[in-house]
Amino acid sequence: MILAVASASTTRSITITLFVIFVIITLGITVWASRQTRNATDFYAGGRSFSGFQNGMAIGGDYMSAASFLGIAGIIALNGYDGFLYSIGFLVAWLVALLLVAELLRNSGKYTMADVLAFRMRQAPVRTAAAISTVTVSIFYLLAQMVGAGALVALLLGIKPGTTFLGMGANTAKIATIMMIGALMIVYVTVGGMKGTTYVQIVKAFMLMLGAILMTVLVLSTYKFNLSSLLGAAAAKSGKGDAFLNPGLVYGKEVAGNATQTFYNKIDLFSLGIALVLGTAGLPHILIRFYTVPTAKAARRSVLWAIGIIGGFYLMTLALGFGAAALVGGAAIRTQNPGGNTAAPQLAQALGQKYFGGDIGGAAFLAVIAAVAFATILAVVAGLTLASSSSMAHDFYANVVKKGQTSERQEVVVARFSALVIGAISIVLGILAKDLNVAFLVALAFAVAASGNLPAILYSLFWRRFTTTGAVAAIYGGLISAVLLVFFSPVVSGFSTSMFPKEDWHWWPLSNPGIVSIPVGFLCGWLGTLLSRRPADEAKFAELEVRALTGAGAH
Amino acid sequence: MSTDTSNPYVAVQESPEFAGLRKALRGFVFPMTVVFFAWYALYVILSAYTRGFMSHKLIGHVNVALVFGLLQFLTTFLIAWQYERYSSRRLDPVAEQLRATVESGGTR
Repeated sequence: MILAVASASTTRSITITLFVIFVIITLGITVWASRQTRNATDFYAGGRSFSGFQNGMAIGGDYMSAASFLGIAGIIALNGYDGFLYSIGFLVAWLVALLLVAELLRNSGKYTMADVLAFRMRQAPVRTAAAISTVTVSIFYLLAQMVGAGALVALLLGIKPGTTFLGMGANTAKIATIMMIGALMIVYVTVGGMKGTTYVQIVKAFMLMLGAILMTVLVLSTYKFNLSSLLGAAAAKSGKGDAFLNPGLVYGKEVAGNATQTFYNKIDLFSLGIALVLGTAGLPHILIRFYTVPTAKAARRSVLWAIGIIGGFYLMTLALGFGAAALVGGAAIRTQNPGGNTAAPQLAQALGQKYFGGDIGGAAFLAVIAAVAFATILAVVAGLTLASSSSMAHDFYANVVKKGQTSERQEVVVARFSALVIGAISIVLGILAKDLNVAFLVALAFAVAASGNLPAILYSLFWRRFTTTGAVAAIYGGLISAVLLVFFSPVVSGFSTSMFPKEDWHWWPLSNPGIVSIPVGFLCGWLGTLLSRRPADEAKFAELEVRALTGAGAH
Repeated sequence: MSTDTSNPYVAVQESPEFAGLRKALRGFVFPMTVVFFAWYALYVILSAYTRGFMSHKLIGHVNVALVFGLLQFLTTFLIAWQYERYSSRRLDPVAEQLRATVESGGTR
């Protein structure tokens, strides 16, 4: 038991109070935003009225998810250096978005990723494929966040197996949390649209950065701002010695006497690495953020701000992770949560005890960081829900079902309704998945985005001869190969750490599909184009290319 | 839509100014993408295969792996900054001019 009973109840009440304040403020913003939301551009793209800095903050708020904050800090705290690989991959990924995608997409698209993919293609097949891929990526990503929230709440409310809170056991509390998060995100999206969601993300990014900066400064000052002493203390307390500071404890593990497994492990590390870097620029909820600014130049500025904010945050994950290892200790973190997801809140508690006056200070700081974590999850799920409902309404309903014959007003009604449906689906799936290992859901979302979306986006923007068949082949080829390879991988069955540990249908050795499915996506797009019966529409490509590069005719 | 020369987009796309803009953009972003991707891949490959080298301690407990990781941050910031400088000097003015050409060509 980590928390004494008295401080546990203090933590509970502070967490609940802060979280309620956050919810009230953001709901207020949402209601205000809904008054400013008059047309489809307001709903889908926040009226394209945000500045580069505002959107950069919002991108940070959309991108730094529970996986970043809780997950990376946890992996570093338990396994040391290897967790840093995520931080690096997630940051370097922004160069793909900056150099190849952001401005061109902003100039040539309107509301969704598919606007660019379908620009010079036959609308129905490409938009259907893009909508399916958008919803698939977003739902995997959503599930990870909601399940993470459920897992977190048990710790934050101090519910242990066999104890209750307001008459709820851990299981009921998890379900209640998932339902509450789901309900809130539905409200943010249906009421506030992109404007409300963007402000929620800005507020969250601000809170998250403040929390992380405060913790980092406290950790570093504990070690007199000497990085080497922090690392030494972390290695000493980790129980793993020097190996803790070197690559190889989790990824690319060397298995003595098993050359094949060692080989697979190293390939798997590389596969994870490329999926992290190539996934970001294919995440629909990130791509639609570029539509919220007025010009391509502002889109560029927003990515530059995002790189600064996200880079700063990921640098701090070093202090958070190693700090948690040094000040809380691997054993104490594992006892609380075997996955390490509670390392950051536990570090907050330790720092609070040390610097803000004993148990009460510890409980208070834990509560603050916990509220930040909830805000983080909430802002990300709102962004994901918005991306998928936009795609359902604008791509599937308006351009496939109604073949473009619909009013914008009707489209927004459908988008709001879709948000409700997608929210409801993810609540149900989140409850079903609540006890599963969730780390792979985010990695899978990145792999699917890198395999299914990125090849189609790059070909669309840069390859003159790319055709409808090529686009459809790229999306389905990448999407299906990524999902199938995961399904037959050790993550799903065959091992004690799998989703279904008692079954075994795995035949594919790698946990991350990227190294195969990303090339498959590119290859399918290329083959599909070569095998097309109809050639590419040259005039439409001229229009796309000129618009993308110059901003002429931009929405 | 058939190809016709009255389409201002086609006219601009075929102009030498636009070819120059396309070349200036691709001439920066493609090589830079290759560079940062190769540099990142090198980092991942070294982490996978040269454990001894990566574990080598430089100052106190700070080892090569950590410095290599921090260098990835540094290069990401540098490339982003360089791209901003390059595009506001070399790309934005041309793009702006071509945009005016297209829009005076009476589209939409």
